[in-house]
Amino acid sequence: MTTTAREIRYRDAVNEALRQEMQRDPDVIILGEDIAGGAGRAQQGIVDAWGGPFRTTQRLIQEFGPERVRDTPISEGGFIGAAIGAAAAGLRPVAELMFVDFVGVCLDQLLNNAAKMRYMYGGQITIPVTIVTRIGAGVGSAAQHSESFYSIFAHIPGLKGVVPSDPYTAKGLLTAAIRDDDPVVLFEHKKLYNRTGPVPQEAYTLPIGKARVLKPGKDITLVGISLMTWECMAAAEALAKEGVDAEVIDLLSVSPIDYDAVLESVRKTHRLVVVDEDTPRCSVASEIISIVAEEALDFLDAPPRKVTAPHTPVPYSRPLEKLYVPDAARIVAAARAAVGR
Amino acid sequence: MLEITQEKLLWMYRTMTTIRQFEERALAEVSARRTFGGSHSSAGQEAGPTGICAHLSPQDYIASTHRGHGHCIAKGVDPKLMMAELFGRATGSNKGKGGSMHIADMSKGMLGANGVVAASVPLAVGAALKAKLRKEDAVAVAFFGDGGSNQGIIHESMNLASIWKLPVIFVCENNQYAESTPAEYSVSVRNVADRAAGYGMPGVIADGMDIFDVYDKAGAAVGRARSGQGPTLLECKTYRYYGHFAGDNPRSYRSEEEEKQWHAKDPIQQFRQRVLAEKVLPTGELDAVDAEVAALMDEAVRFADASPLPGPEGLYEDVYVNYPLEALRRGAGMGA
Repeated sequence: MTTTAREIRYRDAVNEALRQEMQRDPDVIILGEDIAGGAGRAQQGIVDAWGGPFRTTQRLIQEFGPERVRDTPISEGGFIGAAIGAAAAGLRPVAELMFVDFVGVCLDQLLNNAAKMRYMYGGQITIPVTIVTRIGAGVGSAAQHSESFYSIFAHIPGLKGVVPSDPYTAKGLLTAAIRDDDPVVLFEHKKLYNRTGPVPQEAYTLPIGKARVLKPGKDITLVGISLMTWECMAAAEALAKEGVDAEVIDLLSVSPIDYDAVLESVRKTHRLVVVDEDTPRCSVASEIISIVAEEALDFLDAPPRKVTAPHTPVPYSRPLEKLYVPDAARIVAAARAAVGR
Repeated sequence: MLEITQEKLLWMYRTMTTIRQFEERALAEVSARRTFGGSHSSAGQEAGPTGICAHLSPQDYIASTHRGHGHCIAKGVDPKLMMAELFGRATGSNKGKGGSMHIADMSKGMLGANGVVAASVPLAVGAALKAKLRKEDAVAVAFFGDGGSNQGIIHESMNLASIWKLPVIFVCENNQYAESTPAEYSVSVRNVADRAAGYGMPGVIADGMDIFDVYDKAGAAVGRARSGQGPTLLECKTYRYYGHFAGDNPRSYRSEEEEKQWHAKDPIQQFRQRVLAEKVLPTGELDAVDAEVAALMDEAVRFADASPLPGPEGLYEDVYVNYPLEALRRGAGMGA
């Protein structure tokens, strides 16, 4: 596709997608808390004090100015609602929800406005807004900064959701989300920010709603979401040593879900483990398994299994948090059970 | 003396009369069960939306509430399309997908009525942000009620509009009741406008039964917004003549005497008395508008009644701009 791929970090891939889209389209703006930082103190020489809580928006304000790179008060309902209104009026805003756990204070704007306006207004309104938010436990942030609640968004008709797992998919899916005419929520995993990988210099998009097969295999299908994809890869490596050839699917999108990619794989491998850092009830993992049960039960040689976070809040203390997050060992155990070892 | 052109005065009278007649006709059609759902009447509150929208043009935005028929009409939405929407018809403003609480018309800058109290307010802030960034001469009006004034999103929206000096006019139509709960119980201050001080913006009270008072004060607020001076909170003290919704008997929480006091200030009658006293419009012309609007309502109902219902394909239309249909349909037992 291109000859100019370099190894860059996930956080830099996010930054590059934002920068290139803001260069390409003057209607793209970004709003969020501390996305530049130290707002309003340019006269004191303070510009871009933070560059975003995870440095994903660094140096954007120097290039695009405070009108388009807009630090907000801690006021998610207000500025996400405003982003939705600006989108309805013709802009293409990106709004940052610092952690997905904070969705409680702004869910109404996403649930009742962004998701429903096009439908309930008879198709006359388009809401090309992108919400960028963060998921993931394992960083000692405890219950209110660590959830992976993409299932909440996948449940809502009218929203799309993407879960990039590496720098390449982060840039391609964020670019696609910004250009998409529907509201898209992009979930960045905190533990992926320093992951490096080849990323083309040029802007490019990846299709929203398409999974990818990261490793082909014939004995069992492992479906991973975001960081869990890499736990699936580690599990596949361990299973290979036991003579089990696992196929690993990186889901990449939680709405739409690429059911066909999963079904095609399961019809070949006859076994399925879905790995999800989100909690297990009414989850993306349970959704995938329900569709497989409806459409491919006859192909299964073993009951499909989930490996997920427990149905608990995220604990703080390291040994408990380690238990909380699914890992390769749990995936291997589930896979062994599925293949009868 | 009124310093308003005869053309604008006639527009005001026609608009208020259209709102009144639309609301009364809608209630009648709801009672006759010819609509699929209910209706929240804004009869009695006509002076607010009319006096404010008199300062707006199609490039300006408004965001509305569950009691939104008056806002729609004042912003230029065709009552025929609105009636067809109440009747759930494919020809309705929203193709029959929204009903009374969600009428929208983007071609008129009408960002939509909204069924969640105060949820539309930040949308107006966003529309104003777009106008500011694109250096357009547009303003945005956010309508809400005394009930909405107590929602947290109002606080966030006013703070944002104020710190960013956005061209927003926050209009609280204080009709004295949130459903059955009196404002004197639920609002912490005597006037919602008093809260403007907390956001560093002017708080202005208008007699919401007197269109000329609303018109003057809205003119100042719109002028402030257009000239880059930022938002204003304008509170219109008003009254809804009917219950919260079509089936509500308001006498269960308010008195006949109170209703009479407010009816005595009827905005349409006040308008007539004033323009007749000042001899700026003749009775004949006003009566002609009444008849014209009555004919328009008959036509709207006829149009709605004769219009087709949406076909089954409408169910899955417009959930998204782009989304694979099979991914929408899957797993719901809807058949192939």
